[in-house]
Amino acid sequence: MSNTDYYIKSYCSIKNQRVSLNGSILFKDESKSYIDFIKATYKNQNVKYPKFFKMDNLSKLAFLAADVLLKNEELNTESENNIAIVFSNSASSLDTDRKHQESIQNKESYYPSPAVFVYTLPNICIGEISIKYKLYSENSFFIFDNFNADHLFTYSNSLLSSNKADAILCGWVEFDKEDNYEAFLYLVSDKGNIKHTKQNITTLYNT
Amino acid sequence: MTDILISHNNIISSLGFTSESVVKNIHNEISGLQFIDDQAILPEPFYTSLVPTDKLQLAFNKLNPKKDYTRLEQMMITSLDKVIMSSKIDLNNRVGLIISTTKGNIDALDNDNPFPKERAYLSELGKQVKDFFGFKNDAIVVSNACVSGILAVAIAKRYIEQGVYDHVFITSGDVITEFILSGFNSFQALSNQPCKPYDKNRSGINIGEVAASVLVTNESRNLPAETVKILGEGSCNDANHISGPSRTGEGLLRSMASAFEQSGVLPNEIDYISAHGTATLFNDEMEAIAFNRMQLEQVPLNSLKGYFGHSLGASGLVETIVGMHSIKNNTLYKSLGFETLGVTKPINVIKQTTVKKLRTFLKTASGFGGCNTAVIFQINN
Repeated sequence: MSNTDYYIKSYCSIKNQRVSLNGSILFKDESKSYIDFIKATYKNQNVKYPKFFKMDNLSKLAFLAADVLLKNEELNTESENNIAIVFSNSASSLDTDRKHQESIQNKESYYPSPAVFVYTLPNICIGEISIKYKLYSENSFFIFDNFNADHLFTYSNSLLSSNKADAILCGWVEFDKEDNYEAFLYLVSDKGNIKHTKQNITTLYNT
Repeated sequence: MTDILISHNNIISSLGFTSESVVKNIHNEISGLQFIDDQAILPEPFYTSLVPTDKLQLAFNKLNPKKDYTRLEQMMITSLDKVIMSSKIDLNNRVGLIISTTKGNIDALDNDNPFPKERAYLSELGKQVKDFFGFKNDAIVVSNACVSGILAVAIAKRYIEQGVYDHVFITSGDVITEFILSGFNSFQALSNQPCKPYDKNRSGINIGEVAASVLVTNESRNLPAETVKILGEGSCNDANHISGPSRTGEGLLRSMASAFEQSGVLPNEIDYISAHGTATLFNDEMEAIAFNRMQLEQVPLNSLKGYFGHSLGASGLVETIVGMHSIKNNTLYKSLGFETLGVTKPINVIKQTTVKKLRTFLKTASGFGGCNTAVIFQINN
């Protein structure tokens, strides 16, 4: 099967209090906590999507990274965009899992909440992005120890070569504890300047 | 193109520790659900199905474990061992491992759990299973809510098609924990009665505990009689709501359409649908709408949740295995708990276990995050 015809069209990262798109920094904010930083990013990027504030930390991160990337694509939202979403991370939804566990740990202060529990699944952030961009497309969430370019490469090729999707929004969205967050997303399709190879994925991730 | 097959299989559950014993119990309309009234677990009484601990321990200890394993790891390893042994496949670098789970060892987060909290990382679960058997490749962990089990089958097929692997072992499972029960209970989704999928008098979900394992392979030798071909698959999003099923069944419809297109099979060639049927009003209604839109309303259909409850990350896989045995046995199994149609569109719920020639079946599942998966299987001959 030929895997040579696909390209990385664009890429985005949110880490170390910086948001960058295709290698250029769009926004940085040195001094604040994750919560403050992500809110500042939302404002700076002029997102205007009130549902954002109900999301958990992981969904906020994934949502903003996807928004920065997809906004830049100037998609025609009148017609359908068959963009699959393939995400991965190491901590799954553990940040929210810990919050739910805290709410049930003591019988004396027992307060489980559906608004928290719904986010105890990593793929909820895929749902949030799908809703915003009306993506009725293939989607899956994988868990790996570390960023796994091999897997993302194989799975994107599979979806594109079997015509399950026209493009793949792909990458790593991690939120573990307060200072441990990182999003790196990229868009794969048959257009672009950077060849879709494992090496190029790894290089972009590490820059 | 070579056929991709789903072959050797095992189920560890309240209804037995082999697929055959589980299917025999289903044939006899025996449910594995039991009533639990224990305030230490949940303030309200509920129904569930549990893997019997003493039997699990006995089976697991026969594998000579060298250290301590969590309950979920014991279930998955015991189940996967049977599949590896019967497949006689050498675990070389052409063999992949997929773990399907929604919450993994989430009970390790509990302060009273003897395992370190780090055990709750899903890659840790993958490592434990990988190392126990000595797989050469790292586990691919799929955690995509309640479609994980059936999505894992689609992913295995895609990896084989891409030429990365020749064989992929899948093991799937979730354990009954206070974590999960309290969460579903906060949604007021749990039933204090045995669940009644698609029924007018349904009262909600039962969560159950299962581990299920299969081999997906391009190898045509040493296959069990229940082996089926995986013809096509799709996994599409509702783009509608993060916890509520779509009112139009859009994502499920698109998943099925994608699977049909790839398989070359037409809706009127489907002999049986193994549906999701959680026994919540919105889920059952959504499925009925989607099946009608796909013109599948006359195809015999069941939900197996009345036998095991909803086994989360394992449900799609355990239900696929029962579907494979349905084809082998040419038998449509009763959708336990169903009496009177309780959805607004017509669907053909199986009221009585019936012998019928079967060739092709469709498995579907839907879950939180708006995810849906459909896979079409056909008899291998």
